[in-house]
Amino acid sequence: MTIPMTELDALPLLARLSHTQRAAIAGVSRIETYDQGVRLFDEGGLADQCWVVLSGCVTIDTAVPQNGRMVLQSVGAGELVGWSWLVPPYRWHFGATVVTPTRAAVVDTAELRRLADDDPALGYQLSLILLDALLNRLQATRIRLLDLYRNPS
Amino acid sequence: MTSWVPTPCRVVERTVETHDCVTLTLRPVTGSLPAFRPGQFAMLYAHGVGEIPISVSGIPADGTLVHTVRAVGAVSRALHDAAPGTVIGVRGPFGTAWRLDGVEDLLVVAGGIGLAPLRPVLGHPSRRTVLVAGARTPEDLLYAGDLLALSDVDVVLTVDRGGHDWHGRVGFVTEPLASIPLDPERTTALLCGPEPMMRFCARTLLGRGVPAGNIQVSLERSMQCGIGLCGHCQLGPLLVCRDGPVTGYPEAEPLLLAKEL
Repeated sequence: MTIPMTELDALPLLARLSHTQRAAIAGVSRIETYDQGVRLFDEGGLADQCWVVLSGCVTIDTAVPQNGRMVLQSVGAGELVGWSWLVPPYRWHFGATVVTPTRAAVVDTAELRRLADDDPALGYQLSLILLDALLNRLQATRIRLLDLYRNPS
Repeated sequence: MTSWVPTPCRVVERTVETHDCVTLTLRPVTGSLPAFRPGQFAMLYAHGVGEIPISVSGIPADGTLVHTVRAVGAVSRALHDAAPGTVIGVRGPFGTAWRLDGVEDLLVVAGGIGLAPLRPVLGHPSRRTVLVAGARTPEDLLYAGDLLALSDVDVVLTVDRGGHDWHGRVGFVTEPLASIPLDPERTTALLCGPEPMMRFCARTLLGRGVPAGNIQVSLERSMQCGIGLCGHCQLGPLLVCRDGPVTGYPEAEPLLLAKEL
Protein backbone atom coordinates (compact mmCIF):
# COMPACT_ATOMS: atom_id res chain seq x y z
CA MET A 1 0.00 0.00 0.00
CA THR A 2 1.34 3.46 -0.87
CA ILE A 3 1.81 5.81 2.03
CA PRO A 4 -0.65 8.74 2.35
CA MET A 5 1.21 12.05 2.31
CA THR A 6 -0.91 13.33 5.19
CA GLU A 7 0.68 10.72 7.43
CA LEU A 8 4.23 11.61 6.42
CA ASP A 9 3.51 15.33 6.73
CA ALA A 10 2.23 14.79 10.28
CA LEU A 11 5.35 12.97 11.49
CA PRO A 12 7.52 15.11 13.81
CA LEU A 13 10.44 12.88 12.77
CA LEU A 14 10.28 14.31 9.24
CA ALA A 15 9.34 17.86 10.18
CA ARG A 16 12.60 19.34 8.89
CA LEU A 17 11.86 18.10 5.35
CA SER A 18 9.83 20.01 2.80
CA HIS A 19 6.59 18.55 1.49
CA THR A 20 8.39 17.81 -1.80
CA GLN A 21 11.17 15.97 -0.01
CA ARG A 22 8.64 13.96 1.98
CA ALA A 23 6.86 13.11 -1.26
CA ALA A 24 10.16 11.78 -2.63
CA ILE A 25 10.46 9.52 0.41
CA ALA A 26 6.86 8.42 0.03
CA GLY A 27 7.76 7.31 -3.48
CA VAL A 28 10.22 4.75 -2.11
CA SER A 29 8.02 3.67 0.81
CA ARG A 30 4.95 1.59 1.45
CA ILE A 31 2.60 1.01 4.37
CA GLU A 32 2.64 -2.35 6.10
CA THR A 33 0.73 -3.73 9.06
CA TYR A 34 2.18 -6.41 11.28
CA ASP A 35 0.65 -8.77 13.82
CA GLN A 36 2.13 -9.25 17.25
CA GLY A 37 5.12 -11.58 17.13
CA VAL A 38 6.20 -10.87 13.55
CA ARG A 39 9.98 -10.89 13.18
CA LEU A 40 11.11 -7.85 11.18
CA PHE A 41 14.75 -8.81 10.87
CA ASP A 42 17.50 -10.92 12.42
CA GLU A 43 20.99 -10.07 13.54
CA GLY A 44 23.40 -10.48 10.62
CA GLY A 45 20.72 -10.24 7.94
CA LEU A 46 20.87 -7.86 4.98
CA ALA A 47 19.75 -4.36 6.02
CA ASP A 48 17.86 -3.12 3.00
CA GLN A 49 14.91 -1.31 4.56
CA CYS A 50 13.92 0.72 7.58
CA TRP A 51 10.64 1.35 9.34
CA VAL A 52 8.94 4.45 10.68
CA VAL A 53 6.46 3.19 13.27
CA LEU A 54 3.09 4.90 12.81
CA SER A 55 1.34 2.95 15.58
CA GLY A 56 2.26 0.00 17.75
CA CYS A 57 5.58 -1.10 19.20
CA VAL A 58 8.68 -2.95 18.04
CA THR A 59 11.50 -4.28 20.23
CA ILE A 60 15.18 -4.46 19.36
CA ASP A 61 16.88 -7.57 20.73
CA THR A 62 19.93 -9.74 20.73
CA ALA A 63 20.44 -13.41 21.50
CA VAL A 64 22.19 -14.31 24.74
CA PRO A 65 23.10 -17.93 25.47
CA GLN A 66 20.82 -19.48 28.12
CA ASN A 67 18.61 -16.38 28.05
CA GLY A 68 17.19 -16.38 24.56
CA ARG A 69 16.39 -13.06 22.98
CA MET A 70 17.07 -10.19 25.37
CA VAL A 71 15.15 -6.99 24.65
CA LEU A 72 17.45 -3.96 24.56
CA GLN A 73 15.08 -1.26 23.45
CA SER A 74 11.51 -0.53 22.43
CA VAL A 75 10.56 1.68 19.54
CA GLY A 76 7.11 3.22 19.44
CA ALA A 77 4.93 5.45 17.31
CA GLY A 78 6.78 8.20 15.48
CA GLU A 79 10.17 6.53 15.92
CA LEU A 80 12.60 4.92 13.54
CA VAL A 81 13.54 1.23 13.42
CA GLY A 82 16.80 0.30 11.74
CA TRP A 83 19.82 2.26 10.56
CA SER A 84 22.31 -0.48 9.73
CA TRP A 85 21.37 0.15 6.09
CA LEU A 86 23.15 3.49 6.26
CA VAL A 87 26.76 2.33 6.32
CA PRO A 88 28.56 -0.81 5.11
CA PRO A 89 28.41 -3.73 5.57
CA TYR A 90 24.61 -3.16 5.55
CA ARG A 91 23.98 -5.98 8.01
CA TRP A 92 21.66 -5.78 11.02
CA HIS A 93 23.50 -5.52 14.31
CA PHE A 94 20.45 -6.63 16.28
CA GLY A 95 17.08 -8.26 15.65
CA ALA A 96 13.58 -6.74 15.81
CA THR A 97 10.17 -8.13 16.71
CA VAL A 98 6.70 -6.61 16.62
CA VAL A 99 5.28 -6.76 20.16
CA THR A 100 1.92 -5.08 19.62
CA PRO A 101 -0.01 -4.86 16.34
CA THR A 102 1.97 -2.33 14.38
CA ARG A 103 1.48 -0.14 11.35
CA ALA A 104 4.63 1.26 9.79
CA ALA A 105 6.01 3.05 6.77
CA VAL A 106 8.60 0.74 5.24
CA VAL A 107 11.33 2.51 3.32
CA ASP A 108 13.40 0.89 0.55
CA THR A 109 16.78 2.08 1.76
CA ALA A 110 18.72 1.36 -1.46
CA GLU A 111 16.32 3.76 -3.19
CA LEU A 112 16.56 6.20 -0.29
CA ARG A 113 20.36 6.26 -0.54
CA ARG A 114 20.03 6.85 -4.28
CA LEU A 115 17.67 9.80 -3.62
CA ALA A 116 20.12 11.24 -1.13
CA ASP A 117 23.06 10.82 -3.53
CA ASP A 118 21.12 12.55 -6.32
CA ASP A 119 19.88 15.42 -4.11
CA PRO A 120 22.51 16.47 -1.55
CA ALA A 121 20.08 18.92 0.10
CA LEU A 122 17.73 16.03 0.84
CA GLY A 123 20.68 13.87 1.83
CA TYR A 124 21.88 16.48 4.31
CA GLN A 125 18.45 16.78 5.92
CA LEU A 126 18.12 13.00 6.10
CA SER A 127 21.53 12.83 7.77
CA LEU A 128 20.40 15.33 10.40
CA ILE A 129 17.19 13.37 11.01
CA LEU A 130 19.13 10.17 11.49
CA LEU A 131 21.75 11.87 13.65
CA ASP A 132 19.04 13.34 15.87
CA ALA A 133 17.41 9.92 16.31
CA LEU A 134 20.80 8.35 16.94
CA LEU A 135 21.74 10.98 19.54
CA ASN A 136 18.46 10.60 21.39
CA ARG A 137 18.95 6.85 21.58
CA LEU A 138 22.62 7.10 22.53
CA GLN A 139 21.87 9.58 25.30
CA ALA A 140 19.00 7.49 26.63
CA THR A 141 21.25 4.43 26.62
CA ARG A 142 23.97 6.31 28.49
CA ILE A 143 21.47 7.42 31.13
CA ARG A 144 20.26 3.86 31.55
CA LEU A 145 23.87 2.88 32.26
CA LEU A 146 23.69 5.11 35.36
CA ASP A 147 21.10 2.72 36.85
CA LEU A 148 19.40 5.72 38.45
CA TYR A 149 16.49 3.80 39.93
CA ARG A 150 18.57 1.36 41.99
CA ASN A 151 18.02 1.24 45.72
CA PRO A 152 20.98 3.20 47.18
CA SER A 153 21.08 0.95 50.22
CA MET B 1 0.09 22.11 66.05
CA THR B 2 1.46 19.48 63.67
CA SER B 3 4.58 21.46 62.70
CA TRP B 4 6.35 20.66 65.98
CA VAL B 5 4.61 17.76 67.64
CA PRO B 6 3.96 14.52 65.80
CA THR B 7 0.36 13.41 65.62
CA PRO B 8 0.06 9.72 66.50
CA CYS B 9 -1.42 7.86 63.54
CA ARG B 10 -2.18 4.19 63.23
CA VAL B 11 -1.28 2.10 60.20
CA VAL B 12 -4.69 0.86 59.05
CA GLU B 13 -3.54 -0.70 55.80
CA ARG B 14 -0.19 -1.88 54.41
CA THR B 15 0.10 -2.76 50.73
CA VAL B 16 3.27 -4.33 49.38
CA GLU B 17 4.08 -2.58 46.10
CA THR B 18 7.50 -3.98 45.19
CA HIS B 19 10.31 -5.90 46.87
CA ASP B 20 11.37 -2.73 48.73
CA CYS B 21 8.29 -0.46 48.69
CA VAL B 22 5.06 -0.50 50.64
CA THR B 23 2.10 1.86 50.79
CA LEU B 24 0.85 2.72 54.25
CA THR B 25 -2.57 4.16 54.99
CA LEU B 26 -2.49 6.16 58.23
CA ARG B 27 -5.39 7.31 60.41
CA PRO B 28 -5.00 9.67 63.38
CA VAL B 29 -5.48 7.87 66.67
CA THR B 30 -7.57 10.85 67.80
CA GLY B 31 -8.75 13.98 66.01
CA SER B 32 -7.73 14.76 62.45
CA LEU B 33 -4.77 15.85 60.35
CA PRO B 34 -4.62 19.15 58.45
CA ALA B 35 -5.36 18.96 54.73
CA PHE B 36 -2.45 17.88 52.53
CA ARG B 37 -2.06 18.87 48.88
CA PRO B 38 -0.41 16.75 46.16
CA GLY B 39 3.35 17.30 46.17
CA GLN B 40 3.61 18.14 49.86
CA PHE B 41 5.30 15.89 52.40
CA ALA B 42 5.02 14.81 55.99
CA MET B 43 7.73 14.01 58.51
CA LEU B 44 7.02 10.42 59.52
CA TYR B 45 8.40 9.29 62.87
CA ALA B 46 9.16 5.65 63.57
CA HIS B 47 9.19 5.49 67.35
CA GLY B 48 12.63 4.94 68.77
CA VAL B 49 14.28 4.99 65.35
CA GLY B 50 13.89 8.43 63.81
CA GLU B 51 12.02 10.75 61.51
CA ILE B 52 12.20 11.22 57.74
CA PRO B 53 10.34 13.22 55.07
CA ILE B 54 7.95 11.21 52.92
CA SER B 55 5.73 12.70 50.23
CA VAL B 56 2.05 12.05 50.34
CA SER B 57 1.01 9.48 47.74
CA GLY B 58 -2.72 9.55 48.35
CA ILE B 59 -5.19 11.93 49.97
CA PRO B 60 -8.43 10.04 50.54
CA ALA B 61 -11.54 11.95 51.56
CA ASP B 62 -12.02 9.78 54.66
CA GLY B 63 -9.39 11.57 56.73
CA THR B 64 -6.64 9.04 56.21
CA LEU B 65 -3.26 9.82 54.70
CA VAL B 66 -1.36 7.58 52.28
CA HIS B 67 2.41 7.33 51.97
CA THR B 68 4.55 5.03 49.86
CA VAL B 69 7.83 4.17 51.57
CA ARG B 70 10.94 2.60 50.10
CA ALA B 71 13.23 0.80 52.51
CA VAL B 72 16.58 2.53 52.07
CA GLY B 73 17.89 3.33 55.56
CA ALA B 74 17.11 2.54 59.19
CA VAL B 75 14.05 4.81 59.52
CA SER B 76 12.54 3.99 56.15
CA ARG B 77 13.10 0.29 56.88
CA ALA B 78 11.24 0.64 60.19
CA LEU B 79 8.37 2.45 58.45
CA HIS B 80 8.39 -0.09 55.63
CA ASP B 81 8.09 -2.91 58.13
CA ALA B 82 5.31 -1.25 60.17
CA ALA B 83 2.44 -3.69 60.38
CA PRO B 84 -1.23 -2.64 60.56
CA GLY B 85 -1.88 -1.40 64.08
CA THR B 86 1.54 0.21 64.47
CA VAL B 87 1.44 3.84 65.61
CA ILE B 88 3.58 6.30 63.62
CA GLY B 89 4.15 9.98 64.33
CA VAL B 90 3.11 12.42 61.59
CA ARG B 91 4.11 16.08 61.28
CA GLY B 92 2.93 18.19 58.39
CA PRO B 93 1.88 19.09 55.79
CA PHE B 94 5.14 20.71 54.72
CA GLY B 95 6.46 22.29 51.56
CA THR B 96 5.01 23.39 48.28
CA ALA B 97 2.43 21.57 46.19
CA TRP B 98 2.14 20.87 42.46
CA ARG B 99 0.64 23.95 40.80
CA LEU B 100 -2.33 22.75 38.79
CA ASP B 101 -4.68 25.74 38.56
CA GLY B 102 -5.93 26.17 35.00
CA VAL B 103 -3.96 23.22 33.66
CA GLU B 104 -5.63 21.52 30.69
CA ASP B 105 -2.90 19.27 29.29
CA LEU B 106 -0.93 17.59 32.04
CA LEU B 107 2.20 15.56 31.38
CA VAL B 108 3.39 13.57 34.38
CA VAL B 109 6.87 12.06 34.22
CA ALA B 110 8.04 9.81 37.03
CA GLY B 111 11.06 7.66 37.68
CA GLY B 112 11.17 4.91 40.30
CA ILE B 113 9.78 5.96 43.69
CA GLY B 114 9.23 9.41 42.12
CA LEU B 115 5.82 8.21 41.03
CA ALA B 116 4.55 8.32 44.62
CA PRO B 117 4.26 12.13 44.98
CA LEU B 118 2.62 12.31 41.56
CA ARG B 119 -0.04 9.69 42.08
CA PRO B 120 -2.52 12.14 43.71
CA VAL B 121 -2.63 14.31 40.55
CA LEU B 122 -3.66 11.45 38.26
CA GLY B 123 -7.18 10.80 37.11
CA HIS B 124 -8.58 14.32 37.27
CA PRO B 125 -11.45 14.25 34.74
CA SER B 126 -11.25 17.93 33.75
CA ARG B 127 -7.82 17.71 32.15
CA ARG B 128 -6.06 15.53 29.61
CA THR B 129 -3.33 13.61 31.42
CA VAL B 130 -0.43 11.63 30.03
CA LEU B 131 1.75 9.64 32.42
CA VAL B 132 5.22 8.46 31.45
CA ALA B 133 6.67 6.30 34.21
CA GLY B 134 10.01 4.52 34.28
CA ALA B 135 11.42 1.86 36.55
CA ARG B 136 14.38 -0.46 36.73
CA THR B 137 12.42 -3.63 35.94
CA PRO B 138 8.73 -4.52 35.53
CA GLU B 139 8.76 -5.78 39.12
CA ASP B 140 9.88 -2.34 40.32
CA LEU B 141 6.95 -0.44 38.78
CA LEU B 142 4.78 1.14 41.45
CA TYR B 143 0.98 0.86 41.28
CA ALA B 144 1.24 -0.76 37.83
CA GLY B 145 -2.14 -2.45 37.99
CA ASP B 146 -3.87 0.66 39.30
CA LEU B 147 -2.28 2.88 36.66
CA LEU B 148 -3.42 0.75 33.76
CA ALA B 149 -6.96 0.87 35.17
CA LEU B 150 -7.09 4.67 35.10
CA SER B 151 -9.60 5.60 32.44
CA ASP B 152 -8.70 9.27 32.09
CA VAL B 153 -4.93 8.86 31.79
CA ASP B 154 -2.79 7.79 28.83
CA VAL B 155 -0.15 5.63 30.48
CA VAL B 156 3.29 4.85 29.06
CA LEU B 157 5.37 2.51 31.22
CA THR B 158 8.99 1.85 30.39
CA VAL B 159 11.69 -0.15 32.15
CA ASP B 160 15.47 -0.31 31.96
CA ARG B 161 15.45 -4.08 31.67
CA GLY B 162 12.41 -6.06 30.61
CA GLY B 163 12.02 -9.79 31.12
CA HIS B 164 10.54 -12.29 28.72
CA ASP B 165 7.05 -11.68 30.14
CA TRP B 166 7.21 -7.89 29.72
CA HIS B 167 5.33 -6.52 26.73
CA GLY B 168 5.67 -2.84 27.58
CA ARG B 169 8.44 -0.50 26.59
CA VAL B 170 12.13 -0.95 27.33
CA GLY B 171 14.14 2.25 27.46
CA PHE B 172 14.55 5.48 29.39
CA VAL B 173 11.66 7.89 29.94
CA THR B 174 13.21 10.50 27.65
CA GLU B 175 12.52 8.27 24.64
CA PRO B 176 8.71 8.26 24.76
CA LEU B 177 8.88 11.93 25.79
CA ALA B 178 10.61 12.71 22.51
CA SER B 179 7.78 11.29 20.41
CA ILE B 180 4.48 11.40 22.32
CA PRO B 181 1.92 13.81 20.86
CA LEU B 182 1.75 17.04 22.83
CA ASP B 183 0.86 20.68 22.38
CA PRO B 184 3.94 22.37 23.87
CA GLU B 185 2.32 25.69 24.74
CA ARG B 186 -0.63 24.06 26.50
CA THR B 187 1.36 21.39 28.31
CA THR B 188 2.26 21.56 31.99
CA ALA B 189 4.88 18.96 32.91
CA LEU B 190 5.44 17.59 36.42
CA LEU B 191 8.72 15.70 36.90
CA CYS B 192 9.73 13.60 39.87
CA GLY B 193 12.57 11.12 40.15
CA PRO B 194 16.35 11.10 40.43
CA GLU B 195 17.76 14.55 39.66
CA PRO B 196 19.64 13.49 36.52
CA MET B 197 16.41 11.98 35.21
CA MET B 198 14.57 15.25 35.77
CA ARG B 199 17.34 17.24 34.06
CA PHE B 200 17.33 15.03 30.99
CA CYS B 201 13.54 14.99 30.82
CA ALA B 202 13.37 18.75 31.13
CA ARG B 203 15.89 19.14 28.30
CA THR B 204 13.86 16.83 26.09
CA LEU B 205 10.70 18.82 26.81
CA LEU B 206 12.45 22.15 26.23
CA GLY B 207 13.65 20.75 22.92
CA ARG B 208 10.05 20.02 22.01
CA GLY B 209 9.06 23.59 22.75
CA VAL B 210 7.52 23.25 26.19
CA PRO B 211 8.22 26.57 27.98
CA ALA B 212 10.55 26.25 30.98
CA GLY B 213 7.92 27.96 33.10
CA ASN B 214 5.51 25.12 32.36
CA ILE B 215 7.84 22.54 33.90
CA GLN B 216 7.80 21.75 37.63
CA VAL B 217 10.20 19.42 39.45
CA SER B 218 10.21 17.90 42.93
CA LEU B 219 13.53 18.37 44.71
CA GLU B 220 14.88 16.23 47.50
CA ARG B 221 17.41 17.12 50.19
CA SER B 222 18.01 16.15 53.80
CA MET B 223 14.90 17.70 55.33
CA GLN B 224 14.79 17.51 59.11
CA CYS B 225 12.83 20.29 60.78
CA GLY B 226 10.34 20.70 57.92
CA ILE B 227 9.79 24.40 58.61
CA GLY B 228 12.88 26.14 57.25
CA LEU B 229 14.74 26.54 60.54
CA CYS B 230 17.52 23.99 60.72
CA GLY B 231 19.06 24.56 57.28
CA HIS B 232 19.88 20.91 56.59
CA CYS B 233 17.98 21.03 53.31
CA GLN B 234 19.57 24.19 51.95
CA LEU B 235 20.06 24.12 48.19
CA GLY B 236 21.59 27.40 47.11
CA PRO B 237 19.05 30.08 47.96
CA LEU B 238 16.32 27.54 48.73
CA LEU B 239 15.39 25.70 51.85
CA VAL B 240 13.80 22.73 50.15
CA CYS B 241 11.47 21.87 53.04
CA ARG B 242 9.94 25.35 52.86
CA ASP B 243 10.58 26.61 49.29
CA GLY B 244 10.22 23.12 47.75
CA PRO B 245 9.98 20.29 47.19
CA VAL B 246 7.95 21.40 44.16
CA THR B 247 9.89 24.06 42.31
CA GLY B 248 9.62 25.65 38.89
CA TYR B 249 12.28 24.45 36.47
CA PRO B 250 13.63 27.96 35.78
CA GLU B 251 14.56 28.23 39.47
CA ALA B 252 15.68 24.62 39.81
CA GLU B 253 17.81 24.26 36.67
CA PRO B 254 20.89 26.20 37.83
CA LEU B 255 20.76 24.42 41.19
CA LEU B 256 20.52 20.99 39.57
CA LEU B 257 23.56 21.77 37.44
CA ALA B 258 25.71 23.23 40.25
CA LYS B 259 28.38 21.06 41.81
CA GLU B 260 28.50 20.48 45.56
CA LEU B 261 25.26 22.21 46.47
